[in-house]
Amino acid sequence: MRIALFITCFNDMMFPSTGRAVTELLERLGHTVEFPQGQTCCGQMHFNTGYRPETLPMVRRFAEVFAGYDAVVTPSGSCAGMVRDQHRVVAAQLGDAALVEAVERVVPTVYELSELLVDVLGVTDVGAHFPHRVTYHPTCHSLRMLRVGDRPLRLLRAVKGIDLVELPAAESCCGFGGTFALKNADVSNAMLADKMRHVLDTGAEFLCAGDNSCLTHIGGGLSRLRTGVGTMHLAEILASTEGNVR
Amino acid sequence: MSGADNVVWLGTPPFPEAARTALADTRLRANLRRATGTIRDRRLAVTAELDDWEELREKAAALKRRTLRHLDQHLLQLEESVTAAGGTVHWAADAAEANAVVTRLVRATGESEVVKVKSMATQEIGLNEALAEAGIRAYETDLAELIVQLGGDRPSHILVPAIHRGRSEIREIFRREMGKWGRPAPEGLSDDPRDLAEAARLHLREKFLRAKVAVSGANFAAADTGTVVVVESEGNGRMCLTLPQTLITVMGIEKVLPSFADLDVFLQLLPRSSTGERMNPYTSLWTGVTEGDGPQDFHLVLLDNGRTATLADEVGRQALACIRCSACLNVCPVYERTGGHAYGSVYPGPIGAVLTPQLVGIENAASLPFASTLCGACYDACPVKIDIPEVLVHLRAKAVEAKRRDRLLPTPEALVMKAAGAVLSSPRRLAALQRLAALGARLVARDGRIGVLPGPFARWSGTRDTPAPARESLRAWWRRTREEGRTTRKGKGR
Repeated sequence: MRIALFITCFNDMMFPSTGRAVTELLERLGHTVEFPQGQTCCGQMHFNTGYRPETLPMVRRFAEVFAGYDAVVTPSGSCAGMVRDQHRVVAAQLGDAALVEAVERVVPTVYELSELLVDVLGVTDVGAHFPHRVTYHPTCHSLRMLRVGDRPLRLLRAVKGIDLVELPAAESCCGFGGTFALKNADVSNAMLADKMRHVLDTGAEFLCAGDNSCLTHIGGGLSRLRTGVGTMHLAEILASTEGNVR
Repeated sequence: MSGADNVVWLGTPPFPEAARTALADTRLRANLRRATGTIRDRRLAVTAELDDWEELREKAAALKRRTLRHLDQHLLQLEESVTAAGGTVHWAADAAEANAVVTRLVRATGESEVVKVKSMATQEIGLNEALAEAGIRAYETDLAELIVQLGGDRPSHILVPAIHRGRSEIREIFRREMGKWGRPAPEGLSDDPRDLAEAARLHLREKFLRAKVAVSGANFAAADTGTVVVVESEGNGRMCLTLPQTLITVMGIEKVLPSFADLDVFLQLLPRSSTGERMNPYTSLWTGVTEGDGPQDFHLVLLDNGRTATLADEVGRQALACIRCSACLNVCPVYERTGGHAYGSVYPGPIGAVLTPQLVGIENAASLPFASTLCGACYDACPVKIDIPEVLVHLRAKAVEAKRRDRLLPTPEALVMKAAGAVLSSPRRLAALQRLAALGARLVARDGRIGVLPGPFARWSGTRDTPAPARESLRAWWRRTREEGRTTRKGKGR
């Protein structure tokens, strides 16, 4: 399968290792991964903060750059959710008929990583090895926008050596919320404190999620408090093998 | 007095500031955590036991959609049915009109006091204050409303307006205030919930037995029969709705249902979603006036107060489907931490954040649509499937547009967003920014971590370390390792 990687602007700059992990993983499973250099951003920050006209060029670019692939994969639940649920809103409100059509064509090919692996490629055991105690935070947009359900957990359970422990109150938001963390910094911190408490209660070495933005928020707090708990994107755990544990 | 003056409490700072104060209130945080947690668990248990819960939600959402589309017809039919059954219908365009109607009706009875059933519509229009100005005392009879009224306080929850109070605070309020309003609290009142309830019962009983006029809201009204419905738990509503001579009901126009049969769906959804009960203890239904039974004079005040304007917004109008169950408040991680007062409105929580700005105008409640992480828990809990995150984002766009319109110079945020938009819509500019950020990070990062930063960055970095941006972005790595000496079809940057 010829799969395009939509790395997302945030991962591109902050977590290229996640993109390399997705690439290695999919190539290990026998697929061709391409990285369209014309890609930029899904426009979520602008859209969710109320800047719709500014979102339009990004929606247009996405539809152009990612047209024609068998599948487009992205290691971010919220960016996948933005493309799937909101690009057609922007196109319908501010774009033209051609854009609406282009968006409608590309949207069904876009998958969050766990969706691509389980639903499209039909694998849950990807041959990974990760000998650590890990807890999983489902992230709101994966859970309630994309409805990925237990797909990430099924993938994690199949990882060899992993000690997967349940996160209490896992479905509660971590308090990131994009620009919410800046506009409502105090509430964001109050929510972060509770999420960190639950993570620490598990005794996990790593907190795993399908979204590096939530992980940057929770992991940033865990690091500031010197808890010693690390964060790792789902892709990086799934890309780890016996000979190459990340 | 305009509607906005009451829906939004003047003088409340914007949400982030009000939230900051609330977050520091230890007792409030404990009360909220306990109370919302309990209701949340109860709701989950009783909704899980119905196999057709999702179908019920779907049915209710469709019913509300259809009803709102033909609201004018249903309201006219309701007026006809109520009138035919011996009631009188009044139309009120805003809070001032509604308050004037109710005041006039009470005055006509010659009474100077009324008993009240808990009602959001009368909170919204500030009826108690308007009546007080006319020399009429309104007694709240719902236990939580009583606590709020005696405490000179504001409601902080749609269903449990005194959710922010613990039992020892309630005891203090009862001991201090009950005597000023009527029968004082018993000597040596403890903070045992049973004792507190008994004190309220004794205090309220004399009001029920004396009252000649009652004021209520309405949960539903059936257009075909003219039947009005009030759903409650304490029996205070039943007392108010049956004992007095005159009953005045103030109802938002969106509460109408086409048919009595539609109650089948909503009376299953409402108690399970609100109190987490299979069935609420008291459901009172009345159709106009019945000779020799209950109030002999019934008035229904139909309140617009911004609803028609809300109906005109194709995305925002779904907020009018709300049945005031407050499930969204109880599951909201923001509400759970700030409580209701921070929203500065009689409608707090996620539904308040989408309803309030629409009722009073976005410029009067501009911070509310941003008081959410868009986590979506409210949408999942809503029994009538209001897509609250969708409306929140829609209203955020309206808030930004309003600022663009009203200001001569763009806000700093708008400038940042414009610059970010320019970078994020060009791979060349994005790549340049990435190289710049990697360079800059080397100056401020220690061991690959960025600590506390000054100025506006402190809001983030004050509590979180940030990993330094990578030395090589993924696009640079890809180009270096995979595209050296070749270009792919899609590989060209623009």
